Amino acid sequence: MAELVAVIASTHHPFYYRASTATGEDRPPFADEWVRKVEAFRETLTKARPDVLVMVGSDHFHQLWLDNMPQFLVGKAPFYDANWYNEEREFGLPRMFFTGQEDLSAYILREGLDAGFDLAFSNELRIDHSITCPIITLRPQNDLPIVPIYTNIFAPPLPQPKRFVQLGRTIRELVESWPSDKRVAVIGTGHLSLELGGPRQFGPHGPDPEFDRKAVEWISSGDIEGCLSEVTLESLHLPGNATHGFMDFMLMMGVAGEGAKADYVDTYDLFHTMEAYFTWYPNGGVA
Amino acid sequence: MSKYLMNKFLFTVDRDPELVERYREDPRGTVEWWEAECANKLLSCHGGEASTWLRFDDVEREALAAHDYPKLFELGAHPFLTLTLFIAMFERDYEPLGFQTEYARRLAHATLPYPDIAT
Repeated sequence: MAELVAVIASTHHPFYYRASTATGEDRPPFADEWVRKVEAFRETLTKARPDVLVMVGSDHFHQLWLDNMPQFLVGKAPFYDANWYNEEREFGLPRMFFTGQEDLSAYILREGLDAGFDLAFSNELRIDHSITCPIITLRPQNDLPIVPIYTNIFAPPLPQPKRFVQLGRTIRELVESWPSDKRVAVIGTGHLSLELGGPRQFGPHGPDPEFDRKAVEWISSGDIEGCLSEVTLESLHLPGNATHGFMDFMLMMGVAGEGAKADYVDTYDLFHTMEAYFTWYPNGGVA
Repeated sequence: MSKYLMNKFLFTVDRDPELVERYREDPRGTVEWWEAECANKLLSCHGGEASTWLRFDDVEREALAAHDYPKLFELGAHPFLTLTLFIAMFERDYEPLGFQTEYARRLAHATLPYPDIAT
């Protein structure tokens, strides 16, 4: 069976690419420390020596639209183009191209359907910065095949938080039962407190530092029950109007498991939102 | 109320570089043209198939025609779509991040709970 060699949860900050590649007067004062933190985080994936990446993210109204909106969708394609004109325009992100691990996509779809998740699928998916940002930060050589999985954290009605956790648990079971000798890492990205298009946006730090502090504690200690006891679809409006992206972190807590303490934790308090980086090694260490 | 149609306008304009510039330069004319020619397009179909029932109400049409993003927020347009498109149109007129902070300032009167964005 395949081996789950790393579980990684991260924020996906679309400004990282531009900040980290800027030089001279264009380079923001926070860039050097940010690059240092990202490179240390990257090492936690490199050490796990993955062959395949399962990438959990959320389309930001690029390909998925309100006339036909899936809640959970698995890409099943041999290749994926990536990044969109408006991400190039606003964030300076480059166009990218990925190879798909299509047999694992097929396995997750078949077995996921049979496990009680009515997963949508796409045979032609152009992925966006929720998946390309962690490739840029964690695997910039972009040399591994992927399985993209999209969640709806964006267009209500949304699935309940517990459903994200359940899907995370199921993804782990499916990766670990995949008849393959591959080493698989599951990487998911979301947000801590975040406001976009509202009065609390683009402040000196994230809109709700207290929520961020609690969120980092839930994630790093694997406190799924504590997190589920406080987080609801309604409560997520309070820390910031885009904070439902935190449910992708909850999904990754489901992958890591109840009570699973993260082996690597780092944060970086930036303007606008807090960065947060977590890695678990499910088998107790890196072989 | 047609939050969906406001979102459809913002979505289809934001993804098209020519429409972004056209909406920046001629918002009222672009909204009138779009409602007449594009509002009923099924985005995943060829032009021979279309919807027949989609139109703005007067408040929504005026908010879009006036570039009135605080009003779009109040009407429940998706904040991410509004922000992204208005950054594309107006960020260039400000210092770095200046438009984003001005945007927040103009919404400072909003209190929780924010307008419902469900469509």
